[in-house]
Amino acid sequence: MNARDPRTTAPARAQRIESTNDFVVKFANVNGSGSASANELFARSILRMGVPVSPRNIFPSNIQGLPTWYEVRVTEHGHLGRRGGVDLMVAMNPQTWERDVAEIEPGGYLMYDSTKAIHAAGLRSDINLIGVPLTDIAASKYVDAKERQLLKNIMYVGVLTGLLGIEPEVIAQLLGEQYKGKDRLIKPNLDAFMTGLHHARERLEEAIDLRVERRDAVGDRIFIEGNAAAALGCVYGGATVCAWYPITPSSSLAEAFQKYCTRYRVDKATGTNKFAIVQAEDELASIGIVIGAAWNGARSFTATSGPGISLMSEFIGLAYFAEIPAVIIDVQRGGPSTGMPTRTQQSDVTACAYASHGDTKHVLLFPEDPYECFEFAATAFDLAERLQTPVFLMTDLDIGMNHHLCAPLAWDDKRMHDRGKVMTEADLESGRDFGRYLDADGDGIPWRTLPGTHATRGAYFTRGTTKDAYARYSEAGPDYVYNMERLLKKFATAATLVPQPVIANASKKASHGVIYYGSTSPSMTEALGVLEQQGVHLNRLRVRAFPFASSIEEFILAHEFVFVVEQNRDGQLRSMLVNELQIDPARLVAVLHYDGTPITARFVVNAIAPRLLGTNVLPLRSGKAA
Amino acid sequence: MTYLAKPKLRHPTLPANRLGYTRRDYEGKISTLCAGCGHDAISAAIVQACWELEVEPHRVAKLSGIGCSSKTPDYFLGASHGFNSVHGRMPSVLTGANLANRDLIYLGVSGDGDSASIGLGQFAHLIRRGVNMTYIVENNGVYGLTKGQFSATADRGSKAKRGAINRDSPIDMVALALQLGVSYVARSFSGDKDQLVPLIKGALNHRGSAFLDVLSPCVAFNNHPGSTKSYDYVREHNDAVNRLDFMPHRDAIGAQYGPGEVIEITQHDGSLLRLRKLADGYDAGDRLAAMNHIHMHQARGEIVTGLLYIDPEADDLHENLATTRTPLNQLTEADLCPGANALDALNAELR
Repeated sequence: MNARDPRTTAPARAQRIESTNDFVVKFANVNGSGSASANELFARSILRMGVPVSPRNIFPSNIQGLPTWYEVRVTEHGHLGRRGGVDLMVAMNPQTWERDVAEIEPGGYLMYDSTKAIHAAGLRSDINLIGVPLTDIAASKYVDAKERQLLKNIMYVGVLTGLLGIEPEVIAQLLGEQYKGKDRLIKPNLDAFMTGLHHARERLEEAIDLRVERRDAVGDRIFIEGNAAAALGCVYGGATVCAWYPITPSSSLAEAFQKYCTRYRVDKATGTNKFAIVQAEDELASIGIVIGAAWNGARSFTATSGPGISLMSEFIGLAYFAEIPAVIIDVQRGGPSTGMPTRTQQSDVTACAYASHGDTKHVLLFPEDPYECFEFAATAFDLAERLQTPVFLMTDLDIGMNHHLCAPLAWDDKRMHDRGKVMTEADLESGRDFGRYLDADGDGIPWRTLPGTHATRGAYFTRGTTKDAYARYSEAGPDYVYNMERLLKKFATAATLVPQPVIANASKKASHGVIYYGSTSPSMTEALGVLEQQGVHLNRLRVRAFPFASSIEEFILAHEFVFVVEQNRDGQLRSMLVNELQIDPARLVAVLHYDGTPITARFVVNAIAPRLLGTNVLPLRSGKAA
Repeated sequence: MTYLAKPKLRHPTLPANRLGYTRRDYEGKISTLCAGCGHDAISAAIVQACWELEVEPHRVAKLSGIGCSSKTPDYFLGASHGFNSVHGRMPSVLTGANLANRDLIYLGVSGDGDSASIGLGQFAHLIRRGVNMTYIVENNGVYGLTKGQFSATADRGSKAKRGAINRDSPIDMVALALQLGVSYVARSFSGDKDQLVPLIKGALNHRGSAFLDVLSPCVAFNNHPGSTKSYDYVREHNDAVNRLDFMPHRDAIGAQYGPGEVIEITQHDGSLLRLRKLADGYDAGDRLAAMNHIHMHQARGEIVTGLLYIDPEADDLHENLATTRTPLNQLTEADLCPGANALDALNAELR
């Protein structure tokens, strides 16, 4: 994947990985020790030097004392997926010392706090050691224990700056931006940083063959978390009511919505809010508030994760059957049950697609990065109101809680919100026939009225029980079947309105394809490049929504077989392709990564290449992963 | 049957209110509940209260959960939008509806199973938030639609129709609402229209969460000897603390009332509540005293009815959230979308 030419240098025992702008640094810390901001400072400094980075937080479901990691992929070529493997480990947590040391690539580097005698167990002869007496230095400079800890973090950023050739001015500028308005904090941080930098320059010359060099490879891209981008999409999409219940990894989305609303939605003249945010008592109440608000004509949404979806299921069925718009953002984490609350997966796909009892189907959108989180969040409100049904934005922890480099968010001021089929007072006054569940236009989408519209016309009783086309209670079979068939027709209409798949062909004629979606995207792009170099050519299709566009079926049928790459155990999207499109399961080969870490290009290559290369072909068993 | 419309015949002598509506304009479909059901009397009281208050029927949104009581919004205010939501979850749907349009009147109708059993959590949080609405629990202590199981308001020791004795402690929703910060709370009896109609009117004009616990005997499953929610039992044990007269703010004040202490309470909208006190020393402005009074009389087997507590200066959820005066569902792109320039500026901050 990454070209590297390990070489032996005279003083070191081990080979040394040599690379400029293409390596992985991993920080092993204890959570609650203030490492997060120092690590992010490191990542941002490289970005400011024009070199793309792809950082990932790997954190526990805990506030203080447990291991936490921050992985930064430095990638001049812009591979934004997780690579796998570590070239430089900054091991600051004795608890995880052994596994951290074990994870380093041969020829890689271990930077550690050498204040105490090094723990011999787990040391390897094929890695290079960089000892820095960080605790000693911090103890000699600072009296206060908390100060020692926090500034020790900045100090190791200083050491890394010296080792890797990061421009110190960039760090100084970032510290200035970070502590804007709290100027007294700048000097101690800068002092600690310079202490680390001087240590590296004086004591650690030539210790490492990894370099950061200024480039112009970032362009106009922005660096943002998916949750923040989705929250902005809700602001631009005109959401006025947000009801939510705290759950990792979605909480920061609701908090970001609050932040952006405070910035953009407070009426200057009166100081009043053009939004309402309720932290509800649970997810049942969250979705109930969303449905009540949407019934009454406000754009409303909730943000949650898998366990919340389970709790909301009864209400989701009501919204489906009573045909009420609702936007549900599912920032997926590892399931089932409490599962892996701080790890990523795409394992709520079928739970959301068919949420609630009885025959139901829901619209799902699959953004690949923060740019699409923004775009699809705004679009979700248009779709929900146009289709009068729940719409799920299916993001995940990897997209939601990590900073990603992506295209700048874009908005066209001519774009208007599509409020869908709502009869006005004038429509009703003119005598237009109003049947709440009447397929008046042949697209399966009925007209609705909002409470309070007209003194004598257009009122109806919304219910989860069966009804006729005029919303009158009915247990008659034909009335029930009429509505259920119309809902299917509406779903077929939805397939033409949702974001269409992105299809790209290999550089040479290919008889096999690959289907993927969501956060798998950057690793898939990288993997396909590697596979091309190996002579494996695959056409690709990125699914962006359910119901499936007709082009997805055409793509599958045009290939001998198609890999379906997902981050769940059961091949959920694959099952849906089989069931919804009546595809022969043998045509769809599942490639599944679901250990809670983001899927890597290495994994994809290793799963796919043996099946298509030479003699090493595994028997194809449909539905089983490599 | 609920899909039967009432005949459109209108008696020419039916009095109209100042909006020109007769009581018939506030009615709904024909009830499908059992003959003699207390719930139908409550529906009639709602019709009477809305007619007297001169509320425009379509400016009311009526919401309910699941159960006999939750079916009743189909039987009154036929020109209003109704929402029969899911079991025990009407409070959240009402909260959302209220957030979307603060200019409508919100009327929640629920039962003791819907609000005290499956929906106790949502009931509690709705009251805590001070959602501006009138919430009526039609309380019969029993599950009617599923044929006679006890609900969480059934009194300990009360007897089910088939003979089972309830061993669980009852939930007193009035006491609970008081503890949770309700700003208007009353208890009444479906068989006492004179008491009930003014209480509903006062609740509809109250800004904040108004809760009415209305004992409403179930003629099919909870109206037998041994039940503590039967017509006979409630009539015998009813102890009214006060009688309420509701005076719209435009009416000349000066109507004379009989002997007894009279207290006047002005609500936010200027309407006047005139309380004729029946119980010595009862103060409807004292939350702690109200709780104490209820519990003391409960211990004696008495059901205290009347306006039990009111805070005429209460805030509602919109005040607490500082939402704009314009209903949120009427804001446009210009109000809501910060535009391309703001996004460009934000992009610049994210580099």
